[in-house]
Amino acid sequence: MTGRRGGRPLVPAYLSTGGVARPSRPHLERLSVLMGTRTPAPAGLPAAQLALLDALDEGSLTVVEAAALLRLPVSAVRVLAAELIDRELVQSRPPIPPAGRFDPDLLKRVADGLRALKHT
Amino acid sequence: MAFAPSNTPSAPPRPTEDIHLPDTARDLVKILVAGPFGVGKTTLIDSVSEIRPLHTEEPLSEASAEVDDLAGVRDKTTTTVAVDFGRISLPGGVVLYLFGTPGQERFRALWDDIAYGALGALVLVDSRRIDASFDVLGLVEETGLPYAVAFNAFPDAPRHHTEEQLRAALDLEACTPMVTCDAREADSSVDALLALVQHLIDRHAPEGR
Ligand SMILES: Nc1nc2c(ncn2[C@@H]2O[C@H](COP(=O)(O)OP(=O)(O)OP(=O)(O)O)[C@@H](O)[C@H]2O)c(=O)[nH]1
Ligand SMILES: [Mg+2]
Repeated sequence: MTGRRGGRPLVPAYLSTGGVARPSRPHLERLSVLMGTRTPAPAGLPAAQLALLDALDEGSLTVVEAAALLRLPVSAVRVLAAELIDRELVQSRPPIPPAGRFDPDLLKRVADGLRALKHT
Repeated sequence: MAFAPSNTPSAPPRPTEDIHLPDTARDLVKILVAGPFGVGKTTLIDSVSEIRPLHTEEPLSEASAEVDDLAGVRDKTTTTVAVDFGRISLPGGVVLYLFGTPGQERFRALWDDIAYGALGALVLVDSRRIDASFDVLGLVEETGLPYAVAFNAFPDAPRHHTEEQLRAALDLEACTPMVTCDAREADSSVDALLALVQHLIDRHAPEGR
């Protein structure tokens, strides 16, 4: 494969570490939740990845919140997060846990919650 | 199901700038707050958000955003648009995100990305310049997002329009909710959001079909 723009090495780090197949990457939505795995960061982690990892030190963030915090476009945070997920330094989950995906009550809970905001 | 009364007052205090998710956060849902420039999107989000509204700078051409190397993204002088968002934690582990979404056709790729998985859209209309909202309405309908229309009450807005006239001018379906709101007022903004959410519930209700 040739013709990559920019100076990224042709062999990505996750392949250079023993040729492990790339784990299947979850699709990262704006509201996918990112969590640190509390694994110590290896030396030599690129600064941008380290910055994201640091932001997750104090708790979970959605992709879009991490982007706002790091002042990066969402597309860039998707890339950084995917790399950290490959390194098993970060975990992600979809915005709604799979078990709750088809909860018919969800809209009602949103409405009730909004009403509660007004009544205080 | 009974909810514990929320302690969140209408104008939520934002004691800390820590934006990490509360441990109770479970179901993260989003609603688009869409409308033309200057219609009050940021104002509405700010009036109800528990965090100071944040924003991301998004490159306009998605092609360049696909570049998977960060340095490349940063060095390039791409046009960007600010997309702001706010957050409301509701009882029961639901966290509602509001995304201020510019509605021009040239933002289409960005629009699709933001709209992915959204519950629906609240379309803000400035009744002094209704036609400025046509693009947004077109996008919402193309995307297939259910929506409600909120007329943002600017002081010099013309008051002589009847609801029927406005509905006709915007070419709205009879079932599309139409409310007026003052985006600066939390309660008023919440009412507009409720009109949308109630519409979403009614769409799924078996009766009336
Ligand atoms: N009187 C009145 N003024 C409003 C209302 N909503 C917004 N404004 C004012 O209108 C101006 C524009 O509002 P914004 O919230 O910045 O509009 P926006 O849609 O975010 O604009 P862009 O981000 O530029 O697309 C601000 O000066 C607001 O204070 C309203 O409901 N009533
Ligand atoms: Mg704005």
